[in-house]
Amino acid sequence: MNSLGEAFAAAWKLIAGFDAELAQVVGLSLQVSLSAVVIATLIGLPLGAMIAVERFPGRQTLIVLLNALMGLPPVVVGLVVYLLLSRAGPLGSLGILFTPTAMVIAQAVLITPIIAALSRQIIEDAWREYDEQLRSLGAQRLNAAMTLIWDTRFSLLTIVLAGFGRAAAEVGAVMIVGGNIDGVTRVMTTAIALETSKGDLPLALGLGIVLVTLVIVLNALAAIIREMALRRYG
Amino acid sequence: MLPLELDQLTFSAGNAAIIRGISARIEAGPRTVILGPNGAGKSVLMRLCHGLLTPTSGRVVWHGSKNGDVRRHQAMVFQRPVMLRRSALANVVYGLKLAGKSRSQSELRAMDVLEVVGLAQHAARPARVLSGGEQQRLALARAWALGPDVLFLDEPTANLDPASTQDIESIINAIHASGTKIIMTTHNLGQARRLGDEILFISNGRLVEHTPIDRFFKQPASAEAATFIKDEMP
Repeated sequence: MNSLGEAFAAAWKLIAGFDAELAQVVGLSLQVSLSAVVIATLIGLPLGAMIAVERFPGRQTLIVLLNALMGLPPVVVGLVVYLLLSRAGPLGSLGILFTPTAMVIAQAVLITPIIAALSRQIIEDAWREYDEQLRSLGAQRLNAAMTLIWDTRFSLLTIVLAGFGRAAAEVGAVMIVGGNIDGVTRVMTTAIALETSKGDLPLALGLGIVLVTLVIVLNALAAIIREMALRRYG
Repeated sequence: MLPLELDQLTFSAGNAAIIRGISARIEAGPRTVILGPNGAGKSVLMRLCHGLLTPTSGRVVWHGSKNGDVRRHQAMVFQRPVMLRRSALANVVYGLKLAGKSRSQSELRAMDVLEVVGLAQHAARPARVLSGGEQQRLALARAWALGPDVLFLDEPTANLDPASTQDIESIINAIHASGTKIIMTTHNLGQARRLGDEILFISNGRLVEHTPIDRFFKQPASAEAATFIKDEMP
């Protein structure tokens, strides 16, 4: 199993044959990252919208902080969530360390700032354009924020897809809080890391192909949605 | 609502004085045109009247208002129409619903005004794919639907071709005929002649003249106005 070509061939056989182990790992990956992106959107989107339309002291600092948090290193997030969830930590009694739930939490923490910061930018740009018109029509802040979210929904969806891509491709955080337990918390990225070090290149490569394909499909989807929306709604 | 009284109105942005102590009384009835060169402060004055800007000092008083919601009895059309990413009809309905009308009431009223401005056949089309002239007619419909006592128009035809300008001007006259007070800005003398009954001539943040249209063009009282009229290009 030394040559790259052989590894590719074996990897393709695993994918084409719906290998059970591969399917299980891919399934868990999707489940964890989708859950994380849903939670991150439910928190990040209203947060971004609020920061976009409200004026309060410390707002600029919060924006800088939020933008900085977009580059949060996954291993650091993993470490912090690990400390919180470990037996001795403040949330240790929940007993969820090394479960998919812990992985969802870690990924949600990782991508909430991304969704909040980017949606803040998009909604604030729209606000600049709509501000006077909406106030002239008598829209209150909350009403205006909802209108802006609805009017930028396609751009916001692109952000959510980007967040999902980031979550699915991330390895450091889920490795630490999940523990990469076979059949329980093993996801694509952690499996790739492990299988590579074990020398099982076909499985690693097969997972790698699935992962890259997923990322490409997501980006294509985002592009198509934007294009469609632009043509449909201008 | 009317008369509208401006009492020693001033507005500064930073150190720059934009409106310098304007006092005037605008009565119900005649179409009021705020005329002046670019940068004179016409748009800012209008935004102060409409309540989109807060004066640095001085007051905007609506003498006829029964301590109610003054905003609800006025509407504004901007130089560049701001259209929401939804259908033409939905754009008109949006304003009506903010004003507290029910959905069915709003849709009936919206269809009526779309008919009047000649956009009924475009009701279902996304507002942003309409042409510039159609969008401005839609903006007029959205404002008119609210049945305002006063309609502010900020250079409503500045970006439009002659045909569209003619459409807009006849709609403005129809709105005037329906009993709504028209207050509009323009830097276009021809438009001032066609649409104005009285002129507020603004120069450098000051109210220079407030006269009936005939007298303004025949014998301007101020040197600034005389120069402004004389410099008109054919």
